[in-house]
Amino acid sequence: MMIREEMEIISHERIAEDTYRMVLLGDLPAEIKQPGQFVHILIDQSDSLRRPISIADADPAKGTLTILYKILGKGTAALSKMQSGDHLDVLGPGGNGFLIDSISAERALLVGGGIGVPPLYYLARQLKEKGIEVTTVLGFQHEASVFFEEEFRELGEVFVTTNDGSYGNKGFVTDILPDLDGRFDTYFSCGPAVMLKAVSEKLDGYEGYLSIEERLGCGVGACFACVVQAPEGDAKGYRKICHDGPVFRTGEVIL
Amino acid sequence: MTKLNLSLPGLDLKNPIMPASGCFGFGKEFSEFYDLSELGAIIIKAATGETRYGNPTPRVAETSAGMLNAIGLQNPGVDRIISDELPYLSNYDTPVIANVAGSTVEEYVEVAEKISQSSTIKALELNISCPNVKEGGVQFGTDAALAAEVTRQVKQASEVPVYVKLSPNVTDIVGMAKAVEKAGADGLSMINTLTGMRLDLQRRKPIIANQTGGLSGPAIKPIAIRMIYQVYQEVDLPIIGMGGIETVDDIIEFLFAGASAVAVGSANFKNPFICKELIDQFPEAMERYGFDQVEEMIGGAHR
Repeated sequence: MMIREEMEIISHERIAEDTYRMVLLGDLPAEIKQPGQFVHILIDQSDSLRRPISIADADPAKGTLTILYKILGKGTAALSKMQSGDHLDVLGPGGNGFLIDSISAERALLVGGGIGVPPLYYLARQLKEKGIEVTTVLGFQHEASVFFEEEFRELGEVFVTTNDGSYGNKGFVTDILPDLDGRFDTYFSCGPAVMLKAVSEKLDGYEGYLSIEERLGCGVGACFACVVQAPEGDAKGYRKICHDGPVFRTGEVIL
Repeated sequence: MTKLNLSLPGLDLKNPIMPASGCFGFGKEFSEFYDLSELGAIIIKAATGETRYGNPTPRVAETSAGMLNAIGLQNPGVDRIISDELPYLSNYDTPVIANVAGSTVEEYVEVAEKISQSSTIKALELNISCPNVKEGGVQFGTDAALAAEVTRQVKQASEVPVYVKLSPNVTDIVGMAKAVEKAGADGLSMINTLTGMRLDLQRRKPIIANQTGGLSGPAIKPIAIRMIYQVYQEVDLPIIGMGGIETVDDIIEFLFAGASAVAVGSANFKNPFICKELIDQFPEAMERYGFDQVEEMIGGAHR
């Protein structure tokens, strides 16, 4: 169930260029159903909209959850100024994540781009716990924006790409994918829409799950701000990213 | 003992606070947060004759003290609203107001006729003020003769009272209100959003895919208060007031200006519990201003 609470910031640090990790404490982590869900944060009481940020890790027993975010505008810039001990107005956990309990994967490929990487970490940890082999491809702009490479390496093999080649392989995540053919049976991806489209085209034929980002309004499924079209023939014709997603099986929505 | 309840055409309200159309879906999502029976009423999302997909995304953008939206009246169409959405709402002890939209007078009439026959629907809110669709919508809300014509025909087709939702995108709001009063409206609902735009400075293009969107939130509250104040003086119809309400003091300001009840819109996005919290806080706020009946507060600024 979604709840709204004032969560305490128990740690907050910069981990890469414009990128921060924040750990929050409260009752909300106990409500998390799957990796891939998000929290909807009201950064300043004078803001008109909350900011959706995916859950990067959680420890429901301890009541903590981790978010990783990048400064992209006024809201995230204000968030970066907050300190340990401060409280944040958080609504969540929202949406439906990666339904790992109903997936029959044995070897998983995770493909993350930029600030789409975070939800894949909590996913990777849970897949690993279920005995599923995890291979990860992470794409970033350049060396300064790389984060969580080591964290993923503890869970399996990792390939890093940067657009300018300043770190890892030069190019995009899709350039690595042909080399990994046959090393996985199911893939999971999160990143910008263009990347998700390219990844799903390259990995056509595999079972895949995509986490989509969009500007949200209410974040609870009521306002229809974040809809995405479903393929022709679908009874409803659309999905709400915040409520039906943000994770969809490939082909369930039009990218 | 404070008396929160009041009666308006078609509506027995246990309190004067309700969620605004488009900000509350068909209620189901918010029923996870609190008991919908606590609400004065519920104004559901706009219904059109056929299924509408709405505008491309992005559909929302934050602004100073407000937000822009251009959803484009996405809805499953009147028939599926009646079959799939209204049965759930009938479980609650709260009057439901249906927002009726269309591209043509015929479509408005068709929707009004169908949905007003449902026993769950106690009144219609005639949406002649949506700024985010290419046909219909606000074109009916900015031309007094068209507004009167659609009001007259919907009134004839409807089984329940009709509240006409006025657009603030006009120079003479009193003229519009008088026109729909003369055409037989039972009440007014005001105001809808103001047309606005925000640009993305990197792309040098509008943020919202539809380019323009409807501005809502605290930024438009003074406009709503002014328009309700002016209309209250000239028109003898009850007004459901809306536009940027976030606090109980905002509600009192709307009542004093001339609203009989209020609707809370964008604030539901920021805080999904807002309507319930305002209802809980309202009696104490009434007492603070020396009132024990909502009815005595309506139009308080004009005496």
